[in-house]
Amino acid sequence: MIHSLFLVNPSGDIFLEKHWKSVVSRSVCDYFLEAREKALDPEDVPPVISTPHHYLISIYRDKLFFLSVIQTEVPPLFVIEFLHRVAEMIQDYFGECSETVIKDNVVMVYELLEEMLDNGFPLATESNVLKEMIRPPTILRSVVNTLTGSSNVGDKLPTGQLSTIPWRRAGVKYTNNEAYFDVVEEIDAILDRTGTTVFAEIQGVVEACVKLSGMPDLTLSFMNPRLLDDVSFHPCVRYKRWESERVLSFIPPDGNFTLMTYHVNAQNLVAIPVYVKHSINFFESGSGGRLDLTVGPKQTMGKTVEGVLVTVHMPKTVLSVSLNATQGSYTYDNATKVLVWDIGKLNPQKLPNLRGSLSLQTGAPKPEENPSLNIDLKIQQLAISGLKVNRLDMFGEKYKPFKGVKYITKAGKFQVRM
Amino acid sequence: MEWANQLCENRQFGSKMTDSKYFTTTKKGEIFELKAELNSDKKEKKKEAVKKVIASMTVGKDVSALFPDVVNCMQTDNLELKKLVYLYLMNYAKSQPDMAIMAVNTFVKDCEDPNPLIRALAVRTMGCIRVDKITEYLCEPLRKCLKDEDPYVRKTAAVCVAKLHDINAQLVEDQGFLDTLKDLISDSNPMVVANAVAALSEIAESHPNSNLLDLNPQSINKLLTALNECTEWGQIFILDCLANYAPRDDRESQSICERVTPRLSHANSAVVLSAVKVLMKFMEMLPKDLDYYGTLLKKLAPPLVTLLSAEPELQYVALRNINLIVQKRPEILKHEMKVFFVKYNDPIYVKLEKLDIMIRLASQANIAQVLAELKEYATEVDVDFVRKAVRAIGRCAIKVEQSAERCVSTLLDLIQTKVNYVVQEAIVVIKDIFRKYPNKYESVIATLCENLDSLDEPEARAAMIWIVGEYAERIDNADELLESFLEGFHDESTQVQLQLLTAIVKLFLKKPTETQELVQQVLSLATQDSDNPDLRDRGYIYWRLLSTDPVAAKEVVLAEKPLISEETDLIEPTLLEELICHIGTLASVYHKPPSAFVEGSRGVMHKRLPARTGSGESTESPDVGTIAGGSGTETAPSIIPSQGDLLGDLLNLDLAPPTTTGPPPPTSGMQMGGMDLLGGGLDSLMGDESEPLGGDIGGSAAMGAGFGAVPAVMPASLNAPMGGGLGDLFDLGGGVGMPLGAYIPPKTVWLPAMKAKGLEISGTFARRAGVIQMELTLTNKAMSVMTDFAIQFNRNSFGLAPAGPLQVLSPLSPNQTIEVSLPLSTVGPVMKMEPLNNLQVAVKNNIDVFYFSCQYPISMLFVEDGKMERQVFLATWKDIPNENESQFQIKDCHLNSDAASNKLQASNIFTIAKRTVEGQDMLYMSIKLSNGIWVLAELRVQTGNPNYTDLEISVKCRAPEVSQCVFQCCEAVLKN
Repeated sequence: MIHSLFLVNPSGDIFLEKHWKSVVSRSVCDYFLEAREKALDPEDVPPVISTPHHYLISIYRDKLFFLSVIQTEVPPLFVIEFLHRVAEMIQDYFGECSETVIKDNVVMVYELLEEMLDNGFPLATESNVLKEMIRPPTILRSVVNTLTGSSNVGDKLPTGQLSTIPWRRAGVKYTNNEAYFDVVEEIDAILDRTGTTVFAEIQGVVEACVKLSGMPDLTLSFMNPRLLDDVSFHPCVRYKRWESERVLSFIPPDGNFTLMTYHVNAQNLVAIPVYVKHSINFFESGSGGRLDLTVGPKQTMGKTVEGVLVTVHMPKTVLSVSLNATQGSYTYDNATKVLVWDIGKLNPQKLPNLRGSLSLQTGAPKPEENPSLNIDLKIQQLAISGLKVNRLDMFGEKYKPFKGVKYITKAGKFQVRM
Repeated sequence: MEWANQLCENRQFGSKMTDSKYFTTTKKGEIFELKAELNSDKKEKKKEAVKKVIASMTVGKDVSALFPDVVNCMQTDNLELKKLVYLYLMNYAKSQPDMAIMAVNTFVKDCEDPNPLIRALAVRTMGCIRVDKITEYLCEPLRKCLKDEDPYVRKTAAVCVAKLHDINAQLVEDQGFLDTLKDLISDSNPMVVANAVAALSEIAESHPNSNLLDLNPQSINKLLTALNECTEWGQIFILDCLANYAPRDDRESQSICERVTPRLSHANSAVVLSAVKVLMKFMEMLPKDLDYYGTLLKKLAPPLVTLLSAEPELQYVALRNINLIVQKRPEILKHEMKVFFVKYNDPIYVKLEKLDIMIRLASQANIAQVLAELKEYATEVDVDFVRKAVRAIGRCAIKVEQSAERCVSTLLDLIQTKVNYVVQEAIVVIKDIFRKYPNKYESVIATLCENLDSLDEPEARAAMIWIVGEYAERIDNADELLESFLEGFHDESTQVQLQLLTAIVKLFLKKPTETQELVQQVLSLATQDSDNPDLRDRGYIYWRLLSTDPVAAKEVVLAEKPLISEETDLIEPTLLEELICHIGTLASVYHKPPSAFVEGSRGVMHKRLPARTGSGESTESPDVGTIAGGSGTETAPSIIPSQGDLLGDLLNLDLAPPTTTGPPPPTSGMQMGGMDLLGGGLDSLMGDESEPLGGDIGGSAAMGAGFGAVPAVMPASLNAPMGGGLGDLFDLGGGVGMPLGAYIPPKTVWLPAMKAKGLEISGTFARRAGVIQMELTLTNKAMSVMTDFAIQFNRNSFGLAPAGPLQVLSPLSPNQTIEVSLPLSTVGPVMKMEPLNNLQVAVKNNIDVFYFSCQYPISMLFVEDGKMERQVFLATWKDIPNENESQFQIKDCHLNSDAASNKLQASNIFTIAKRTVEGQDMLYMSIKLSNGIWVLAELRVQTGNPNYTDLEISVKCRAPEVSQCVFQCCEAVLKN
């Protein structure tokens, strides 16, 4: 099982270590740091590294490495999932996951880690349960604690821990009972030079914010559930009812949680909301080149596309760019060779255009590699797959809750080849 | 306004409340100050002090000096303070075992606390304190907690049993905790069941044969029920446990599959993959015509695809597993090619895995798409990725025959880009395509030849030369092309030199009239001016082949080559089956059986897929050997599995880099005569009159036989060193002078290149002038230069240890081979090995550390002063009890007693007396081992009867274990 955890910052300093079995010397991280040195990018560090006595499994998240040490055969996915859970826990407790925040709350983080694993076995990873054991910091509470000498550590057994619904604590009470659901869809796509879709799929997620008193039993149904190719649910969802009736029936956790994730990869269902007209040429002489980009809306179902951001990874020899944007602004980072064009809202009447010249390093030959272009965008009030929530019913409690559903579409890994 | 001010103040106050204050140090000395605070009367101050201590601990500072002061804070009602002290205890108890005892009372008391949280906390912490004295006190509280009324306490106690087992396994068994743990599998609470399963699985890992997880239909049913109710982590443990069960029939297997399938929709990817494992395994038992079988196949695809939209680290593990699944059941994902298309911002490790799977899924139906993608990747920025993409195009051509033409034209397009590394990579794969589809795409050769000058990598140059040689008859200026390479012959890498030699010989055999000069030139370069034994040997073989029987040469050199098989990198089927049983584990990530690498999994049982009638898939072992690859692989030596204590020993050894200079390069003992060696045989090559040597001369393997049959016509100048025929020829590389008679076993491959990232080690042992030497041949078969060689031995029966560093003078460049002789001493640490003469070796270079084991002939240890006085011999012989005597026979040994005696003497086996009784010569011999053990032997030789050629030998020794080894040595010595 998981033996130890080290938190490492991008410059290679270990700033926190936690051992759940015997203490493992931090020199074991040297193997990892070596691999880190070799990788071009922090993202490229291989997640599983073997050393003579241990295996190192790491994730890179929020600009930090979460590095776990294991000694026996353990499913690596189990470890990776757990590490992500640690990162989420820190985010959840302290609002962000960064070296500063962890250092500022080091004792609490340490206490939390102790609650999450016992001898390498996960003990309590549900945010609800953890928060009952160790209360998250608030300004008010730390003041009160200092004055009264009470502590952040709960002294009662968390109620949800052992029931068949470990994700919900008993005795939840709200004056305003509300349940909100966000349907968020991300388009992953690769478009080729001519704009034809090479590959496209939709990753969807239903995020919930449920603040309901007592033990509500909810049923959420969709207009078109057959659209979904693959679904994964929060443990609270009753799988049998989904199988037989295609409805989500569940007793929700208290607060924010991910109700389900889904996948649509039937190509014809994936609408591509924007198109890019692009041309990039380099002169045969090798001294420079020209770039011309235009972005326009395609299948947007009548909604406005906003937050458009185009990122171009230029060939290594491009030294500087001199461009003119009809809308938004652009930056070019010579160190990473990344051109970012922040467009904002897309106006179908007046398409944004970016054009101008590129200059190469003197003496450099005509670049061989093709640049690639990534797009970010956002469309409010639209789930691009066409998924629609039909209704939400509540059983088991008498009050009438406020209900709401929001849709949003974003670009995931949306790539255009040039 | 005022409230705003107040809020502001609070904020400031709040911001100061962070833990970073715990890191501030004072001038007085931190430890001193903390000590004072810990002993403060004020509760709050105490707690703050403990927090400071913990903060220091988390960043790796040593605060163990505060042990007594921190433990003093343990008796408290404040739960947070208690937890903090426990955290401290867990970290430092081991370094202060005597002090830790102070805490026991509090633990025992806490285990009786009315609050279940405190009971659980106490038993949990106690289990984490790895001190023997404490564990004794743990047993009683643990027993109570395992039967506690509160499930929270029970589930904590279950894990505690695993902890205790890790510290003291015997204690756990003696106290009967294992049985209690087994009972917990039937607990009413699913969380308790999950933890009991987890604990038992962990314990079972170190007890491979114990029947701890006694899986039967009843317990399986309980597990399946608990599966639906327990936490996500518990589900992983239960699924992994289920995967070890062997269902009785297909019906049971189907019902388990049905109950596991819902797990495929779990949000936790580890649960999904564990469920996939169970399904992949149990599916094996379902009849293929069953409807359910088809349904299940369909259900497996979507969750696997979904895994690929997770975080990159998860994707990586998923892809490694999908790679296995695709090999086992390609039908599952055959329509999902597109999800493996590489995205620009995927991390490189994801890109490479995706590429691999794309090729595995490539078929006639989707090849157009795949090729378009691969061509796209070949223009990306990342050089490694681009290279792999180009190779992938070649693999597609070989895999999907219908696509070969398209692939070739894609490769030609890429060559037109003139991007250097793309061109080189393309030429390497085109060579493979030629091997697969001979006489089909030779029209492209002209294009390839245009790029001859831009090739600077050995592999590409070698590939190009191979092509020119293979198709010499179609390339008008083949001789000019090859000649141009010949100019810088000595600067080429071995790989290129070997190819060039073979290519020119091929050219000569095809166009003998114009190229005689060229072939003489290359043969002389290879045999006279080169230090490389492989090159020299190959040169001599060609030379003699051409000079003795050119027709045979043609048969051998231009023999039809076996086609290369479709996929060279498929995992061997039995390993694949085992890996399928380990989906989701580290083994599946490394594609190695778990027994091979996971430390602590001592003697893991090999898992096999359950059998189904009539399923047999066989994959032919790929054969891509090049022509005249003279050194066939010998019996595979045993590679030490990286596990257990032995490895620990090896790894702790200090591998020092070489510091001193190496031995002089071996000099060739061969003086070549005239250059007219080719004279004799040429006529018969031109006129096609003589019969081929034997009907069975085919590829390179037959070369030895064909050669050995014609030693009579050997040129005179070659006679001396080649007395023994081909065998000696191969030995020439060893070139170091050998003292007369002493037996040295031939070199064998100890570490094959494929197991050591390209480093091949073969070797033998010799005893020269009283010094034991390990003679090694190191060959670099990797693409990169190897440096920083070092060697260490594990403890062994006779304390063999290197007497100096491994002397590798200069970096070992690709395809270079060097000979190293390493003097050994016998003063190293001793540990009895099985077999006795087994030696485990670790060799390090700049790439990695490698382990292998070899066996040395025990005669290396026979010392020079091993001749015993006659009287002593007699007395000793009598003194050693008869049960220590062992008898052996040596069959078919045509030696008289004197010859035998001389031979043995050369290996320090001394004859003390000789007696002749009834036509039998009896030789009495003594041997002394380096560690002072005396071995006495009696050898009986039949002198009267020439038909009776067996020798009998009796060995007597106070340490009878060595007898067998000694006998083996005697036999080897006498028969050589």
